[in-house]
Amino acid sequence: MNVRSQISMVFHLDKCIGCHTCSIACKNIWTDRRGAEYMWWNNVETKPGCGYPTQWENQEKYRGGWERADGKLRLRSTGKGKVIFNIFHHPHMPSMDDYYEPWTYDYQHLFNAPEGPDQPTARPISMVTGEPIDIKAGPNWDDDLGGSPIYAENDPNLEGLTEEQKQQLSAIERLVFFYFPRICNHCLNPACVASCPSGALYKRGEDGIVLVDQNRCRAWRSCIAACPYKKVFFNWFAGKSEKCILCFPRIETGQAPACFHSCVGRIRYLGVLLYDAERIEEVAKSPDEELVEAQRSMILDPWDPEVIRAAREAGIPDAMVEAAQRSPVYKFVKQWKLALPPHIEYRTLPMLFYVPPMSPVMASREQNEAVEHVSDDLFHDIDAARVPMRFLANLFGAGHEAKVRYALRKQKAVRWYRRALTVGDVEMETAERMLREADCSPEEAEQIYRLTSLCTFAERFVIPPEHREQAIEMLEDPGEHRTTAGFGFLTGPGRAM
Amino acid sequence: MVSTASSYLDPLLFAVLPYVVFFTFFLVTIQRYRMRTFSYSSLSSQFLENRRHFWGLVPFHYGILVVLTGHVVAFLFPRELLLFNSRPIRLYILEASALIFGLLTLVGLVASVARRFEVSKIRKVTSVSDWVLFALLLVQVVSGIYVAVFHPWGSSWFAASVTPYLWSLVKMNPDFTSIAAMPLSVKLHIVNAYLVIGFMPFTRLVHVLVVPNPYLWRRPQVVRWYRRPGPSPAGKS
Repeated sequence: MNVRSQISMVFHLDKCIGCHTCSIACKNIWTDRRGAEYMWWNNVETKPGCGYPTQWENQEKYRGGWERADGKLRLRSTGKGKVIFNIFHHPHMPSMDDYYEPWTYDYQHLFNAPEGPDQPTARPISMVTGEPIDIKAGPNWDDDLGGSPIYAENDPNLEGLTEEQKQQLSAIERLVFFYFPRICNHCLNPACVASCPSGALYKRGEDGIVLVDQNRCRAWRSCIAACPYKKVFFNWFAGKSEKCILCFPRIETGQAPACFHSCVGRIRYLGVLLYDAERIEEVAKSPDEELVEAQRSMILDPWDPEVIRAAREAGIPDAMVEAAQRSPVYKFVKQWKLALPPHIEYRTLPMLFYVPPMSPVMASREQNEAVEHVSDDLFHDIDAARVPMRFLANLFGAGHEAKVRYALRKQKAVRWYRRALTVGDVEMETAERMLREADCSPEEAEQIYRLTSLCTFAERFVIPPEHREQAIEMLEDPGEHRTTAGFGFLTGPGRAM
Repeated sequence: MVSTASSYLDPLLFAVLPYVVFFTFFLVTIQRYRMRTFSYSSLSSQFLENRRHFWGLVPFHYGILVVLTGHVVAFLFPRELLLFNSRPIRLYILEASALIFGLLTLVGLVASVARRFEVSKIRKVTSVSDWVLFALLLVQVVSGIYVAVFHPWGSSWFAASVTPYLWSLVKMNPDFTSIAAMPLSVKLHIVNAYLVIGFMPFTRLVHVLVVPNPYLWRRPQVVRWYRRPGPSPAGKS
């Protein structure tokens, strides 16, 4: 057993209201720079929809991530041989057209325009060329366009749905959609790291955050093609790759990342998971239907004395183990099995998990029939939901429905249980039966309810002390810097000429 | 008149200039790597324009790689090359393929320059040093192709005449008598090559010095630790 710690995340999609506050918080801190204008390290997509960059889930087009071939794990288009051969031009790399051309407006014209019969307008100006442009797409061009023929219809996750199910999704006035906020997944088996010819990308040993060493990045661009989630971006001005850094300067000082901190719906949870790094390759090679369970199985129980002993041996500080014991992510992912990894079939082992959203029941049902639970099957509306199970399974279950159905049944049982307790319009007997059938005890239901609805800041974000000060002291002697230039400078300040 | 001018110029161009450019090259590249590592980048523009990028960059790079390898082989193994060329058929094949790859380089270079010029997004990320570099490279490739066409069998006479000159430079005892008798196009090709080398440290061309080498042998995942002392090069996990 090789225990490592990983700062992991859960996004509770049933609570996301699609307000984009997270995106703006991130944009204002990190990507409001030349060359980074088009980047959204955090973005919120409408599902069904094409996403950002357009159709990023279509791996026939972008060929990102890993694939299993002859019992071996192989990068789909960015293995060593292919990267060397394609180093002058990567055939599957997205270009700016797949994202959008960033723009601003010529606001000065509103003030400077000569007097005339018409109101002056502020024309859109490209932030790349500085010339006027016709806006054709933006970062959220398909926002809320759940039923739209040009955007929602091209969602790669619609594969395998029947025509009837597709129509359900877009029935006029009853169309349905949900929000899908995305940041870097800080994967355990990151394709971006594995593909980098310069070895510029790396995973931090202490907390698993995946970063780009920009002093080593030479713009070979394979990370951009390799990441199946398209969460590594190319700064076209600096000529370097950039990505979500999970706000590590904030985490190191005990604050939640900006997108987490600002989340209005409080959908985001952050905590430590301990995992067995020896099993990464084995787990990533599992057959599609076993992937979700295999990834769960490599997450270790932080209360297990054996695990604690192995963690100490691996040099993990006790504070980190203690944080893992209080981790909300551990509860959602491992104990309750409510949270699922996105597109685990890309085999990067993402460490951001999603609680799948509940949705209204199918539109074509008769109103009365759908609402009441008269049948023996109390969960029949889970499969009759307007977002087809198959769609959610394509997103969160590698195409297999069982894990998604389990998570939705449990969520529903908790709702009915709380309803029986507080509203009282449901028989407690029924609610308890639902809990039993959903594999959930009343105590667990209370905990789920609490962490879902009443969670405080400290419950949602359990940030371990990182002890970076000790770590840095091992590499640099602070005394040496006392009278000189300070950390991070190569030359002393001196006197200006 | 011409001969007197060249008698002054030749020592400057073929005995002094090479040392100046190599000194510049080593001094600036090393210093730049130490002080401004960040600036070592190929500054790829594929992200801004994808289609024409392919038709420019791929032919240029594969062309220039083969042609450069040919020059290096002639410099390192002149005897073996002359021996190889002793059969005319081999010489013809070698010369023809060198010319083909030279033309490929030219096609790619012209396509790249045209792309830089015509695509407004790309023009925006093109600096003055890029344009100077393009001009130098164009002169280099065109003069190279001219030499290949009008002064054929270069693979042999390079090994016989230029290689000894280059080695005399390495030995710090420059002897350019064989070069002084060369046609003007060959001289231009040599002098311009020196200019490219001298200008290289100031341009994006430094990316050829940081081509990925440990990559092929490293393990796929890279993990860097702070708690564990020692350097954390790529490949450690």
